[in-house]
This record gives sequence, structure tokens and C-alpha cells, in this order.
Amino acid sequence: MSTTTAPDREAPAGERLADWADGRLGLYALAKTNMRKIFPDHWSFMLGEVSLYSFIIIILTGVYLTLFFHPSMNEVVYHGSYVPLQGIRMSEAFNSTVNISFDVRGGLLIRQIHHWAALIFLAAMFVHMMRVFFTGAFRKPREVNWLFGFLLFVLGMFTGFTGYSLPDDLLSGTGVRFMEGAILSVPVVGTYLSMFLFGGEFPGGDFVARFYSIHILLLPGIMLGLVAAHLILVFFHKHTQFAAPGRTEKNVVGMPLLPIYMAKAGGFFFLVFGLIAIVAAIATINPIWAIGPYRPDQVSTGAQPDWYMGFSEGLIRVMPGWEINFAGHTLVLGVFIPLVIFPLVLAAIAVYPFLEAWVTGDRREHHIADRPRNAPTRTGFGAAWISWYFILLVGGGNDIWATHFHLSINNITWFVRIAFFVVPVLVFIATKRVCMGLQRRDAEKVLHGRESGVIKRLPHGEFVEVHTPLNQAERFKLTAHEQYQPLEVGEAVDENGVERKLPRGEKLRARLSKGYYGEGNQIPKPTAEEYKEITSGHGHH
Amino acid sequence: MSQDTPPEEKLPSEQTHGPLARGEEDPFADPGLPPHLPRIQDIDERAAKRSERTVALLFVISMLATIAFIASYVAFPIDKIVYIFPFGHVSILNFALGITLGIALFCIGAGAVHWARTLMSDREVPDDRHAIESPPEVRAKVMQDFSEGVAESGFGRRKLIRNTLFGAMALVPLSGVMLLRDLGPLPEKKLRATMWAKGKQLINMNTKQPLRPEDVAVGSLTFAMPDGLKETDEDFQEQIAKAALMIVRIQPDEIKDKRELDWSHQGIVAYSKICTHVGCPISLYEQQTHHVLCPCHQSTFDLSDGAKVIFGPAGHPLPQLRIGVNGQGNLEALGDFDQPVGPAFWERG
Repeated sequence: MSTTTAPDREAPAGERLADWADGRLGLYALAKTNMRKIFPDHWSFMLGEVSLYSFIIIILTGVYLTLFFHPSMNEVVYHGSYVPLQGIRMSEAFNSTVNISFDVRGGLLIRQIHHWAALIFLAAMFVHMMRVFFTGAFRKPREVNWLFGFLLFVLGMFTGFTGYSLPDDLLSGTGVRFMEGAILSVPVVGTYLSMFLFGGEFPGGDFVARFYSIHILLLPGIMLGLVAAHLILVFFHKHTQFAAPGRTEKNVVGMPLLPIYMAKAGGFFFLVFGLIAIVAAIATINPIWAIGPYRPDQVSTGAQPDWYMGFSEGLIRVMPGWEINFAGHTLVLGVFIPLVIFPLVLAAIAVYPFLEAWVTGDRREHHIADRPRNAPTRTGFGAAWISWYFILLVGGGNDIWATHFHLSINNITWFVRIAFFVVPVLVFIATKRVCMGLQRRDAEKVLHGRESGVIKRLPHGEFVEVHTPLNQAERFKLTAHEQYQPLEVGEAVDENGVERKLPRGEKLRARLSKGYYGEGNQIPKPTAEEYKEITSGHGHH
Repeated sequence: MSQDTPPEEKLPSEQTHGPLARGEEDPFADPGLPPHLPRIQDIDERAAKRSERTVALLFVISMLATIAFIASYVAFPIDKIVYIFPFGHVSILNFALGITLGIALFCIGAGAVHWARTLMSDREVPDDRHAIESPPEVRAKVMQDFSEGVAESGFGRRKLIRNTLFGAMALVPLSGVMLLRDLGPLPEKKLRATMWAKGKQLINMNTKQPLRPEDVAVGSLTFAMPDGLKETDEDFQEQIAKAALMIVRIQPDEIKDKRELDWSHQGIVAYSKICTHVGCPISLYEQQTHHVLCPCHQSTFDLSDGAKVIFGPAGHPLPQLRIGVNGQGNLEALGDFDQPVGPAFWERG
């Protein structure tokens, strides 16, 4: 409340509450900068929102599930209402999951929302990450936020894995066994790690309880912190925006948080939640009652992990089974190499922003998002990485591809082994060329205008197509991007003929810079002179 | 560090479009924010009213859907399965709860978004950005404060304190590491031995009866476990994870590997069921070729040739169990596997 003399009439209750809070939390300073904060609008900005909202949905439904789930591997005999499983021995974890599905009203729905939301969470993060990548939104000052986002994706994968392992069903148990086999392959300490993780020999009686604390406490706790940091940085940096009239590096053009984005983004949460609830109502996911409880000596065909683990599955499936035996020891390269490549696949995309910053040497802030075509090498890298990822997904589902398309599993495996090395290169080259083509078309459009489809016959018989010139706004948009000049290291010898010592890596940097921005790697923007010459009437297009 | 930054002229300056003669107009110049175009709701009050009614209708539908959710929860039995086109046979309770909850949530969202898009101001306004970097005087102040603070602590001067602090900080996490020791036992030889031993009868996994040679037909695949292991045993899962056995009968003249023939009984061979790749149970048998395939990662082993790997990611053959027949005519093991079963590991040797 105000420290000045009490007013004659009291302020409304809401205001008084706000005053109370401000006196203790200093809310007004925060609200002053944020309540009417401007957000730019673009459809691709909602991808991150989908991730955020599905994360919230996962937490809400996850808390509900903990009320009924028993994270224990004690063996019980099932006596619940699902007849086909009655009398079967299973762990309490599996038993309680079946109970959630068949004896708790709405339990199945919440389980399915939880699982669907997890798949969507990872997918949304993946696509959001690609949006940020292809538009160069990871550039200064957002590199740290890129890493936060990347960590969220990786932690999300492991939270998903530990989560779907909890019901202790035959499918997820097979996945856990695969993980144990991979851990065993670690040189020197593999068996120790496995014994410590499982509390003894696989499967033991501990891993569900341990995965449970990792799944509901450790990883989500870290993720919650990262999400908060990610959002604070988004607010602090403000969004990127695409080049358009009136939008510069120094401003952000859009609509205010209150009321537009409160309503739009807030409403979007309900849209996402509603759609996931409807999906959970009509599409069964992870029917553990049909899969059955885990037994290490049983398995089903067509076993697949959740999609985000598929690329690691691909690595392990297509790797040749190399084993080196020496001095009484075994180096299980056939499993250990995939285990090492697994984080490298992810790291490749995580470190890219730093590589690009090093090549350009650019230390300015960037708030105007690139159109992917205007950064052909980056776009090529991104597309190559995606192709790499998807090739591994094909490898991870080689049996599914074989049975659905009547192909030989051996051929698919060999295809993936070769494609792992070849396809990213081809995709890189093709993407870069496509980008260059699009840049050329943009330049053409700026100089000559848009093809109108009207064919005109000139007096001397020549046919020409009439081009409609672009308006200034469109011309600005298509020429607003920046173009770097390739870095030059200069002559190998100085003016006295003495060999110049170049710092280590500088040559590589120059070569990369040439590959990025050298001749033939970007189409020069049309210049004002070119434009004047063409539009001054000498040309007839 | 100077090499890190290319000469400034290499960096593109913002929005240059080639050299311009003095006084000439840049054809690519930024024309500035376009004027705001009014929506139909901005100029026609009737349209605005229509939007208002649409938004309200969506919110009302949401309310009705929540009531329907509660009604479904009370009305539908949990075990009732109905046929709903095109979803097939579904639990009516799950279906009704999900659809009503979905509609209740979706309509709130749709209403809010429609409200924002049609009735709230859609005027785009610019807001200034401020450099993330702190101004030089702030930087200077922070650096100075830091130096003063460090100097006052004597951190750099009193090296003895500093070094012992580093030592203490480096050691203290060891307690935490130590506490992890009891997460599990040491591996020792645990992965090397299974329950199989000389004289253990092979028990048919399905019938729980001792296997006799005449039970194993050519072309069939039989799974077995060691005598004395029960599903109710405390350590059943750990034991079966190593001891699971698959048994096939191959015409002795079709067995290419000499040791395999020696360790078989009348063409009946027993191999570990646990894949040597990452430990999935192998369960697909091609009776014509005697190949077995692991359904997880498609490692393929030739059971007529010492279970050699003929395709896939497995690194070594499946271990074979030496079997014979005991006095009662039942199949029995003549010892444990001669090598560890399942995935390879460092100490496997």
C-alpha cells in the first residue's frame, strides 16, 4: 500500500493486491518492460511454443501418473480386470501400469496423453531447432540459448527413454537390455558400469526405481531450469524477425504481449493440449497389456524404440560386428563405435554456430533472420545433417522397411552403411545448388520484375514476356540480406620474399571462408547501378 | 587475437546495395513500415459482433464439453468396448473422456486465438532493441570492482590459503563418489558363469518337463532352461537372462563344424538363446538353412556351422552347450558354456 496519505476512496481490490505485491517483489519494474513487450509474428515461431506446451502437458499428466504408478520390480501375480493377463507373473511396475490403463477411470487417457505429448515434445524441439538453424537465429547473441535448447533436446531424449522403460514391459525391457549391452561394450569399466546401474546382474530388481527417480526428478528438474533460462533469454534477446519494410537490426516489429500474445500464445496452449487429448482418445499408444511383462528370454519381432531414439538404433544395427581380442581382453568395436558416434551425431549440430562464427569472424549482433537460400553453405550443412539423421532412422527400422516394402534386410543394411557416408555429401551439394538457384531467381526478380505471363509481340516480330516490376517493399526484402566477403590470408610470402608465418588454423579458416562466401558460393546481390541501367529504358524486358 | 577479426571492410555493412552517387535514390531502400490495413471487424461493427458471438460460442462449447466429460466419467463403465467408425473397437470411456476434454481445451484455445485475431488491435508497432553488451563504463566498473574484491580477499597474495582451498574443494566430491560404490556389486566372474552344470537336465520351457531326444523333431525350435530353476525364484530373471537355451535337431551329416557335432547328441544341438550382440533373445529360426535371426538387430547365425555370424552386427558366434543323455533318457548338460553368454565385454577375453 501506498506510504502517502490514504486516499479518500480506496483503490480497486486488484490494484491494491498489485501494490501489495509490488511493495514486496518490485513487480512494477518487471511489468513495465514486459507487459507490453513487442513480439514479431511468424508461423515458424510457434514451433518452440509447441515444445514448451507439450513439456507442460507432460509434467501435468506425469504428476497424475505418479499417483498410481508403483516403481517397484517386486514380482506379483496379476489379478486385475484385464482378463488375458490374469494369473501372469509381472513386476509391480507393470502391474500398476496395467491398472492405470484398465482400473483407473481416465488413467488410460492420461497415460496416452503423456506418451503422445512426449513424442510431440521431441518432434517439436527437433523442428524448432531446425528452424533456428536454417534461419541463422543461433548467431550472436543467441549462441548460449542455442546450447540450452540443444541440451533440452538431448535431455528430452533420455527422459523419454527412462520414461518408456518404466512400465517394465517386454518391448521397453528389450530396449533396456540393448542399453545394458551397449554399456558392457565400454572398454575397461563396462561391466562395472552395468553392475552399478542395475544393482547387479541384468535385469536385477533396481532399475525401475532408479529410472523412476531419474525420469521424474533428476532430468525434468534440470530441464525445468533450462526451460526457464531459455525463456528468460528469449525475453532478454527479443525474437529475431525476418527482413521486411521497417524491420531493422535495431528494432523489433510486432504486437504487444498484453493482450495479443497473452491471447494467442495462451490460447495456443489450449489448442495443443486439446489436440493431444483428442489424439490420445482415438490413437492407442504403447499398449503394454498387449505386449506383456518383460522376460529376458522373450522378445517380439518388429521391436522399435520411440522415434527419437531411432537414430541410435540405426547406428547399432548397421555397424559391422567388429571385435578385437587381445591379451585376454575384448574390445567390442561393433557396439562401442556406435556408442561413441551417437553423441557425435548430436554434437555435430550443437557446435555448428561456433564454427560459423569462427569462419565469418563476425562479432556483431544479428536479429534479422536469414532466409535459408541466402546462406547456401549453412543450409547445405543443415540439410546434410538431417539426411544423416534420417538415414540412421531408416537403419533403425530396417526390419520394418524390409517387411513393409518387401525388400531384403541385408540390402537395406548395406544401403544404410554406404548412404551414411555418401548421402550427406550429395544432399549438401544438391541443397547448395538449389539455394544458389533461388538466389539467382531473386536477383533476376529484383532486376527484371516478376514474369507476368503476358506475351507481347514487338513490331519486328520478336516475342517477349512482359515483366511486372517489383514494388519497393519487395525489392527491399529481396536485397536486405548481408553478404560476406571471403577472408583472405594474403600472399604466402611478404614483400621482402620472406615466408609469412600464418597462425595455426588460419589457412583452414581462409579455405572455409572461401567455401562459404567465395566466388561461386553465393550470387552477388544486384547493385543499384545494374538496376538503374535495366530500368532506365535501354533494356526492353 | 587480431588475426581473429578480419579487417572491418570484410564484414558487410548493414544494407549496402552498391555504391550510390550523391543525391541518387537507392532503389532498394527500406520504404518503412507499411500502413496498417483495417480488418472488416475494424470498420464494420456488425462483423465485430459476429466475431464476438463466435468467440463466445466457442467458450460455451468448451463449457458444455467439460460437463460432457464429467457425465462420461460417471456414466460409462471402464470396461465397455464399443465399435466406433473408423477407429474400430475402442474403450468408450477413454474415447468419450479424451474427445470431451480435447474439445473443452481446444475451444478455449480457438476462442482466445479468434478473439486476438479479429477483435484485438492488430497494429504492428516497432520497439527498440538495445545492445546486449554492456556499455564500456559499466564494463570498466565491473572489472574494477572485481579486482578490488579479489585484492581485498588476498586470494592472489596468500597462496597457501588458495592452494589448500583448491585441495579441499577437489577432495570433497570424492565422498559423493564413494557413496555410489554400493549401487551394485563388483562384476567379478558373475558374467562368466550360468546355472548350467554337468548333469543339469534340460527342462522344456513350455511344458516344464525334462526334454527327451525324441521330443526334438527335425525343423523344430525348442527353448529350454536348467533343471531347478523356477519362475517363482527370487533371481529367476537374472538366471534366465544368461541360461536361456535354444535347441534344434539337424541331420548329423549337415553339421559342418566338427566340435559342434561332438557337443551334440544325435544331431540335437543346444545354443545360448542370448544374442552375442547386445543380448536380445534370439527367436526366429529358418528350418531349411538352420539360420537363426535375432529380431532386434537382425544378427544371423548359422546353427549348422558352429553358430557363426553370417550377417548383422553381432561380433562372435553363439556359445554352444555340450549336451548328452542321462540314465533316465533325458537330455542333460555336460558342463557350463565354455565362454560367457550374451554381449561381449572387456574382461570376456
